[in-house]
Amino acid sequence: MTNHIDLGTVLRRTLSANLYSNLITRPTGAAVRTQIELLLQPSGVGRSLTVIDFSHVSMIDFSCADEVIAKLLLRDGRDREAYFVFRGMTDDHWDAIEAVLERHGLALVVERDSGMELVGVLEDRERRAFQAIKQRGRAEPWELAMDMNEPETTVRSALDRMWHRRLIMRQGDSYMPVGELAS
Amino acid sequence: MTNVINVPASLDEYSFEQVLQQVAPLPPDAKMLLDARHTRWASPYGLSALLTLGQTRDHSRPALAVPEADETVSYWSRANFFHYAEDLFELRGIVPRRAKGADSQVLLELTPISQSEDVHGVVDRIQEKAQQIIANELGINPKAIVGFTMTLSEVCQNIIEHAGRGGWVMVQTYNWAKRLGRRVVVIAVCDAGLGFRRSLESSGIHALSDRWDDAAALEAAVIRGVSRFRDPGRGQGLAGVRKYIGRWGGKLSVRSGTARIAIVPDWDDDVPLEENLPDFPGAQIQVTIPERVAT
Repeated sequence: MTNHIDLGTVLRRTLSANLYSNLITRPTGAAVRTQIELLLQPSGVGRSLTVIDFSHVSMIDFSCADEVIAKLLLRDGRDREAYFVFRGMTDDHWDAIEAVLERHGLALVVERDSGMELVGVLEDRERRAFQAIKQRGRAEPWELAMDMNEPETTVRSALDRMWHRRLIMRQGDSYMPVGELAS
Repeated sequence: MTNVINVPASLDEYSFEQVLQQVAPLPPDAKMLLDARHTRWASPYGLSALLTLGQTRDHSRPALAVPEADETVSYWSRANFFHYAEDLFELRGIVPRRAKGADSQVLLELTPISQSEDVHGVVDRIQEKAQQIIANELGINPKAIVGFTMTLSEVCQNIIEHAGRGGWVMVQTYNWAKRLGRRVVVIAVCDAGLGFRRSLESSGIHALSDRWDDAAALEAAVIRGVSRFRDPGRGQGLAGVRKYIGRWGGKLSVRSGTARIAIVPDWDDDVPLEENLPDFPGAQIQVTIPERVAT
């Protein structure tokens, strides 16, 4: 199941004054996250993919980034297979988002003109594994281990960590980029 | 007996301490006249701290003799000072009617902050003017504008999260000839609420420290990003502000209770930590971003 959530629309629904386009303040962030969680509830326990769209958000501050992004990543997706792709993020959003990802040791999938990318706190091996998966589209650990010239067990454990963080998808023994299903 | 408190001719973050030195020994219900007749200039910090002082004496409603100089009183009026001061002080002297024309140097007039929606309003208003002032007039990289509004948002939220009562914010540009010889943009945020020490004490964090006072609380909150909340995501606001001012050569100072801490850039000779200041409730924050000079 794929959801598309326009943060600008959620923001305007959340605030009593329907005028603002900035994701700022912790109470606003908490309210927006609650709205997102309500929208995601029908997804149930199965696999879901949600595109969080920043295109209509002017800016986001640290407190709001913590409430919306960090808590969403920390709470959702760990107990069930819920994946997120972040769309429309610009440099204007990045300072606050980068800070909260670093603070919590998180990473996320962001959609850019160049395709899907991982940003945030990642090991070098995880970054290389993601690039290798992107190249192949769908791959098993032994194939990626050959591409990366690393032992299969090492690559497999990196892939498992990334899957648990919902940065890549797993089907059987194969791994694929989350973003492939978002476009 | 009415105690006359002399307001300095130039009222800023430093000279406001002279006001507090006179006020601190007085009991809360002492009658007080703040004599600003000879005040010629006030920074955003000076004006918002003066309102905050009025807020702390709300059960004895002090008198305030307004500046005599037309230019000064007119500026205070354009900055919205009297609009809020009339609720806190018994005003003496000639107070001009609120001027319609805004001051081009005032990015944001004195604005009360007591809830999250107030911060949205402040940030929206600043965004309209920030491009012109920050990028065009101060020569600062346009990328700094978002960081500036984020900084403004976070320091305003400090009131909502920790003060327990409303405060004021003001933003202005001016030529800081005396200390810097350059133009600056200044954010001042003042409240008379709990202050950092009492706010952090509510989490019990002080029990883990072998030294605990206003200075220790400021070091914990401003330098180490400690928050009264157990949530590990808390405390990022001031950390983000520190990062921003570091990037753009700015200065951050925070006064609370009897202490004041500052992140001091190389263009300034302020002290990083001052203790044993006259006690003043709440928190008073100033962020200063200097004009970029071509090298």
